[in-house]
Amino acid sequence: MAEWVRPAAVPWVPPRFVPFFSDSSWACLPRWATIRIEKGVKKPQPQMLKIPAANGIIERDETPMEKEIAGLHRMEFRFSDIFYFCRKGFEAIVEDEVTQRFSSEELVSWNLLTRTNVNFHYVSLRLTVVWVIGVMVRYCFLLPLRFTLAAIGITSMIVGTTVVGQLPNGSLKNYLSEVVHLTCSRILVRALSGTIHYHNKENKPQKGGICVANHTSPIDAIILTNDGCYAMVGQVHGGLMGVIQRATVKACPHVWFERSEIKDRHLVTKRLREHVADKNKLPILIFPEGTCINNTSVMMFKKGSFEIGGTIYPVAIKYDPQFGDAFWNSSKYNIVSYLLRIMTSWAIVCHVWYMPPMVRKEGEDAVQFANRVRSAIARQGGLTELPWDGGLKRAKVKDSFKEEQQKNYSKMLVRNGSQGNLPAGTESD
Amino acid sequence: MRKSKRSRRRRASPTVRSLACTVASPASTKAKMALLDLFIRTCCILALLSREDFQRIPELAINPLGDRIINAFFSEGEDQVNFRGFMRTLAHFRPIEDNEKSKDQNGPEPLNSRSNKLHFAFRLYDLDKDDKISRDELLQVLRMMVGVNISDEQLGSIADRTIQEADQDGDCAISFAEFVKVLEKVDVEQKMSIRFLH
Repeated sequence: MAEWVRPAAVPWVPPRFVPFFSDSSWACLPRWATIRIEKGVKKPQPQMLKIPAANGIIERDETPMEKEIAGLHRMEFRFSDIFYFCRKGFEAIVEDEVTQRFSSEELVSWNLLTRTNVNFHYVSLRLTVVWVIGVMVRYCFLLPLRFTLAAIGITSMIVGTTVVGQLPNGSLKNYLSEVVHLTCSRILVRALSGTIHYHNKENKPQKGGICVANHTSPIDAIILTNDGCYAMVGQVHGGLMGVIQRATVKACPHVWFERSEIKDRHLVTKRLREHVADKNKLPILIFPEGTCINNTSVMMFKKGSFEIGGTIYPVAIKYDPQFGDAFWNSSKYNIVSYLLRIMTSWAIVCHVWYMPPMVRKEGEDAVQFANRVRSAIARQGGLTELPWDGGLKRAKVKDSFKEEQQKNYSKMLVRNGSQGNLPAGTESD
Repeated sequence: MRKSKRSRRRRASPTVRSLACTVASPASTKAKMALLDLFIRTCCILALLSREDFQRIPELAINPLGDRIINAFFSEGEDQVNFRGFMRTLAHFRPIEDNEKSKDQNGPEPLNSRSNKLHFAFRLYDLDKDDKISRDELLQVLRMMVGVNISDEQLGSIADRTIQEADQDGDCAISFAEFVKVLEKVDVEQKMSIRFLH
């Protein structure tokens, strides 16, 4: 019997609806819009420097506590000691590193979307006319097309995976499930007018590995599955999302957890370990930040994903904010209004870098490994690295950080016989 | 339940904060008026900040003096601060410009003068606002800054030593004049100023 040779999975790719938005020559339009706004405000700025928004609005003094408070006197308290804490506190009030990551990035030049221009006000008739034309194009022409395509994509995914799920387990089922997943996610990416540039495809995650990426929005998963198949990890939802989850898990071994199971860390780790141990199973896709960050920085990675073992394949995702803001501010918008905003943007343009696989070194614990992977992703994607926990979006910061600062200060006040310089890493901020 | 709480009180987002701070910066009056005008039009001037809004800033929450700094924004008995009050407190941290030094001395002293900056720091110590820093008040601030790492006796002796050195009229408390005298060599302008880049 001739062996059935599997042809390469070539899914049908629907034509792009908005190819021209990926062309950078269209970026001249936002630049023109910004010049118009700046002329309209009429601010006297002879001595102002053109500093990009990413540098912040205040000059920050990064002198560590020891240098600032130390002087000829030591082992003594001075009234001026509070100046350091006072200034740090006010600098944090004016502009802090963390809370700005939980809201959309401010753009240097306006992209004709009201949502990304905080200083929006009437400037000139020409600009308003252009903006109105933009609104009409986006809402009346692009939105219905995209919505139709998204509906087709979701329906075909549910139907396709249910059909494939009926087949007995085997290589045919895996192949067909791959075809269905790839086709449907390509339809969905077209529905968002997504233009994705993949780099270093030779480092694409292999079976039995774990793929980690920075998290900006729920679309991240679709962007990655556009290029390859992954086993998703997540919580079981209700509604449409639940239907999709139940359908897809029949065709492909995704790992969906019940709400109660998520709390049990050992159970989660055990199930993921079993999945990774099977070298025939698809790579797991995990977002270790745990929450959506606004794509300007990478926050602390939770160590759970790095304790499972196995090879980690880091992936950096960077969206181009010029064409649309992909960040989901879940405390401000629910998923439906978020999808509406995405579908009425100009386009979703992003870059995906696949990075060489990393494994845990000898003597390295999970936290250090997680930090190493995070630095690599931040470097590749051009994002800043922050040691803060993404959970600060909703929760309060732990008291242990304050206690560390207090300890550092008291070390300077009362040095009990320990001479010499304090180690360089005791800078409290 | 959560939704109604959200809509009842407008939260000052980070962008409102940073826009408020650009108004407090030493820009020209015209620019300040333009920004204020924007605020009035977008009704942000009605936005109110409460203590929880400040505590949501992680870098401020881990600051040992965080609570005192937050209290500095709120006047006696008030639980909310409006944009104007926020600006007034921030204005203490404006750098002292050279051309302002030569301004006429007849007008009211600007909030960011050296004397007013020192007064602001004095108020951080002086909780009961009796214009004197007593031993207890000093101990309280010291305890906030060192946490649990220093014993009560040691802290008490540090406080006693500090008051002894600074006290001139022998009342075992520091008045504002004595406070200024102790800090006369300190570069207050540099330590208590925030420079805006735009």
